[in-house]
Amino acid sequence: MDYFLTEEQQMIVDLCRQIADELIIPQRAALDESEEYPTDILNAVAQADLFGLYVPEEYGGLGAGTFEIVLALEEFGRGCVAVATAFAASALGAYPILISGSDELKQKYLPDIASGAKKAAFALTEANAGSDASGIQTTAVLDGDEWVLNGTKQWITNAGEAKIYTVIAITDRSKGPRGASMFVVEDTDPGFSYGPKEKKLGIRCSSTRELIFKDCRIPKDRLIGRQGTGFITVMKTLDKSRPGIAILGVGLGQAALDESVIYAKQRVQFGKPIISFQAIQHMLADMAIQVEAARALVYGASKHIDAHPKDMSKASSMCKVFATDMAMKVTTDAVQVLAGYGYMREYPVEKMMRDAKILQIYEGTNQIQRNVVGQELNKEYTKKQ
Amino acid sequence: MKIVVCIKQVPDAKDVRLDPKTNTLAREGVQSVINPYDRHALEEAVRLKEKHDGNITVLTMGPPQAEEILREAIACGADDAVLVSDRAFAGSDTWATTYTLAKAIEKIGNADLILCGKQAIDGDTAQVGPGLAVRMGIPYVTCIRKISDYSDDTFVVERMMDDGYDELEVKQPVLFTVVKEINEPRLPSLKGKMKAKKVTILALTAADLDADPSLLGLAGSPTKVVRVFAPELKGDRTMLEGTIDEQVEQLTKVLTAN
Repeated sequence: MDYFLTEEQQMIVDLCRQIADELIIPQRAALDESEEYPTDILNAVAQADLFGLYVPEEYGGLGAGTFEIVLALEEFGRGCVAVATAFAASALGAYPILISGSDELKQKYLPDIASGAKKAAFALTEANAGSDASGIQTTAVLDGDEWVLNGTKQWITNAGEAKIYTVIAITDRSKGPRGASMFVVEDTDPGFSYGPKEKKLGIRCSSTRELIFKDCRIPKDRLIGRQGTGFITVMKTLDKSRPGIAILGVGLGQAALDESVIYAKQRVQFGKPIISFQAIQHMLADMAIQVEAARALVYGASKHIDAHPKDMSKASSMCKVFATDMAMKVTTDAVQVLAGYGYMREYPVEKMMRDAKILQIYEGTNQIQRNVVGQELNKEYTKKQ
Repeated sequence: MKIVVCIKQVPDAKDVRLDPKTNTLAREGVQSVINPYDRHALEEAVRLKEKHDGNITVLTMGPPQAEEILREAIACGADDAVLVSDRAFAGSDTWATTYTLAKAIEKIGNADLILCGKQAIDGDTAQVGPGLAVRMGIPYVTCIRKISDYSDDTFVVERMMDDGYDELEVKQPVLFTVVKEINEPRLPSLKGKMKAKKVTILALTAADLDADPSLLGLAGSPTKVVRVFAPELKGDRTMLEGTIDEQVEQLTKVLTAN
């Protein structure tokens, strides 16, 4: 379907498609096996100016919106969700600075993030705080001109590879949700270290590790926004970032559909290509319908967000749920269409199915997203009554 | 440093067909790309600029459609683009081409370094680079695989040889032709693509170059293509396989049998 992109948007798509086809797809199987961070690919992405896509021009970026980053991520997701995750995680790490940071913090960190010279990472999750962010144990205490951080963040994407971390910690437990604050931690800060690399089902070449803070001392001015606004910054960050995860589902679903149709046209059983059997045709048709519906929803939600509405949570959560549930279903069906071959690592669809699962889990599980949609509905209809 | 990179529009190697009647390349409806060796020349220019500052002009002679590859070169890091295009240039062989390009470079002015790919993948002559340098009266080094140093207007380069490499020191202005081992060309950048869309390409005609018409195009081309044909396969081939000793044994059997 034609979504009537502007010339500049089409340029972004063309460039990212070229990167996906020439750099990502040829390497994705080897990266999945070796679980090595895709440094070379990300360097090429940096050289292509894409790390600065969403960063305002005054901080060295291109000043594009959510819709444009979604277009870029769709192509990367079609190539490899693991590589796309490593790329997207830097944006997630930068958003708190962009949304709530002072001009000094923006000047200090955003140009390096925009050029790709330094990657960022976002640190919220802990052993006892995932969906329930109020379980955060990491603390930050002001000591003279320095904040002292203690605690451990878990499953942090880009940990060890990023140089800039945006971290939420409790600054005043008595204040409940208003007692959390966000900070910038640099990789070289004293008392800051990483846990070992996690071994994962999918997105294997993206880095996932713990962040360990042991009396980690950082300058006072690394506080993002005002003290106590940490949760608000986190919520605003996730509202803005979720369409990026949703679109990875669309790119991945498209890739699975492409593989399935090509295979079904070639594979001959009972003297005919299997695409001529209605059982297969209907599966492929359903896959195509779902991919396109998800794409339309994510594009719509992204454009809604770019209009800076007062409330974007519902649109953001709806597209995340729909597109990532779709990706899980479509990739599973792709393995079914390719059947025995699909189950083998020689073909790309088993990796797609493994990679799809994380999309339903990270940046807020799809159960939590449904909570958000439900709560927003409740609010909206209370107002209407 | 002022660098001129000469590039050529060639048919995409993935999509090459021969016209069965004329035995020449079918160019109609075939996707055109920057000659692959020229991409490496451009990349080297961009790297030199990143290190030493300067300005990169890409230059091509060709039909108006050749503008596309110039825009692509801008997207990959070139600053300016020059298209030398005129009906008078049609039918140029390498002799006429070097004359025309030399005139264009003279017009651009003050080039310290001229970079070319070692050859184009359609004509495969490898003559235009060195021929251009001779026309301009400047030194050249072909098939370089590395520029290892540049200081005091002097380059240190490695020239690829069959049995290793030569290291040469040469003062600018100079022309190099490059092999693909020299670097890995980058993809276009987004800022580059945006610039490429807007950039004004300088178009030069035969009149702009103050060129001698008798030296241009078909008139200026001593090369005459007498006949183009596909070679016939003659004789039988036998591939010998196995270890060297086994192959030698098989070969001696074949030789002694006759």
